[in-house]
Amino acid sequence: MTLTLSKKDQLMLAGDHGRAAEAAMRILTQMGEIFGAKRLIDIESAHIDGCLYHGDSGIHFAQMLVDGGAQTVVPTTLNVGAIDLVHPEHFQGTAAHAAKATELMSLYQQMGCLPIWTCAPYQTTQKPAFGQQIMWAESNAIVFANSVLGARTNRYGDYIDICGAITGRAPEYGLHLTENRRGQVVYHLKNIPEQLLAEDVLYPVIGYLIGSQSGSRIPVITGLPSGATEDHLKALGAAAASSGAVALFHAVGITPEANTLDQALQGEPAEREVDVSVNDLKQLLGHLSTVPDGEINVVALGSPHFSLGEFEQLLPLVRSHPPQTEFIVCTHRLVLAGLQKRGWLDELRELGVDVVVDTCVVVTPIVKASAGGTLMTNSGKFAHYTPGNIGFDVIFGSLQECVRSAAIGRVWRDQELWP
Amino acid sequence: MSSFRLKILVDGVAVGRPLVLDEPLSFWGGLDPHSGEVIDRRHPQSGETVTGRVLFLPSGRGSSSASSILMEAVHDESAPAALVMAEADGILALGAIVAQEVYGRSLPVVLLSSDDYQAVTAAIKANDKLFVELSDHQLHLK
Repeated sequence: MTLTLSKKDQLMLAGDHGRAAEAAMRILTQMGEIFGAKRLIDIESAHIDGCLYHGDSGIHFAQMLVDGGAQTVVPTTLNVGAIDLVHPEHFQGTAAHAAKATELMSLYQQMGCLPIWTCAPYQTTQKPAFGQQIMWAESNAIVFANSVLGARTNRYGDYIDICGAITGRAPEYGLHLTENRRGQVVYHLKNIPEQLLAEDVLYPVIGYLIGSQSGSRIPVITGLPSGATEDHLKALGAAAASSGAVALFHAVGITPEANTLDQALQGEPAEREVDVSVNDLKQLLGHLSTVPDGEINVVALGSPHFSLGEFEQLLPLVRSHPPQTEFIVCTHRLVLAGLQKRGWLDELRELGVDVVVDTCVVVTPIVKASAGGTLMTNSGKFAHYTPGNIGFDVIFGSLQECVRSAAIGRVWRDQELWP
Repeated sequence: MSSFRLKILVDGVAVGRPLVLDEPLSFWGGLDPHSGEVIDRRHPQSGETVTGRVLFLPSGRGSSSASSILMEAVHDESAPAALVMAEADGILALGAIVAQEVYGRSLPVVLLSSDDYQAVTAAIKANDKLFVELSDHQLHLK
């Protein structure tokens, strides 16, 4: 066994800190051994994905921890649950399903987690600092924390997340260590027109492309404009973490561990270099939609959860083109409060936009249109998961294309968008 | 019968018919844990059932809820008999470890070297009568 435990780790493993900490430590040490960690390290925060109801096993696990006296010892935030607790009327599933979803969310609150219920915790008050060791789950939050903030987490899954939160420890392997954060595959954006580089729609497409080609390798992107916003990088990362197992990317001149290409590669040669042209990106667009342009039944936005800035872009568009189809935007409670403060929430509702918090449309039944229809989105992540999770075909488009399409019930394309 | 050396991520014994996934699969959004069906409609093995099979997949991808889905499949008795991978995936290994912790049921997760992975999956594709057995740190094809 290569893993050496501290005195306190050993006491936890022996059950001195209660049965929950003992089980958590057993899981952490097994994972540490699998990945050859030499020790466990302190973490400064945790983000929990296990609070989303998939079936009874999630409740069994959380109940086991609660019964074993689990309490978080580091600031711990909660990812989406399976129900909007503020607007439960959005839930389209059975009462029994709603009850189980709520029960699971409540178990995690009992362990001391902060009920922010969002997949974009990095756009709340809980933003990790550069270099902090953290244990985050939720694929898009992982990639954002590592890439854009320079915090350090592995691609953690449901259940180890809470183990970190109640012990304050993580096995030191993978992306916790500087040498494993080196870029491996370099994607050079070549001859992408200036006007396209300024478009939001570009980012999920680039993300989806590098995710599908990188697997779990660490991609480096050159040629992104220095004006790429936090929301752009959020969309790029979420798409890359859907089509691949990307937990960290570097964007040269933009992300904090990539001031130069050489820094992103830690002075070593790239394993592979790939040129990306407009044509490559246009070809990928074809994979993001599952049906040809035609009628749509619903538009869904907000994966990852919409920011206030994204609502600011949406509002004038829906004022000019109010939706005729079902139109859902997923966000979190802090943004909801911001919308209320500005008087935007009432206006959006009057225009026919449903704002959902605490959850999102691909994790739980919210869409009212019947399955088998077509959902349109500007999110690479929604585009990836919609067909399998909720049985809709999917059309991918820009924010403007989504809004204009919802206004006429069929796909509207901006002919100027893609050269 | 031919045998291949394994690296063990999660230990256990398994015997079953193999199912080879030609691409990585995100279990969340890609596998129905209640029926065991591959539901990622963009995946080459969409519609296949993983239950009781020794599942070969090159690597994991996507959502960090894959561990939940694997554990739910164990709970619903629709899980694969074992996972054989070419690249370690922490999230899938985690699902198997937690299933052991909560339900005491073992689901081995093992790695083959990249060359062996190619050789074994090619042999399986060439002969659909083959069975796979995992025991003593070895994968046996028979």
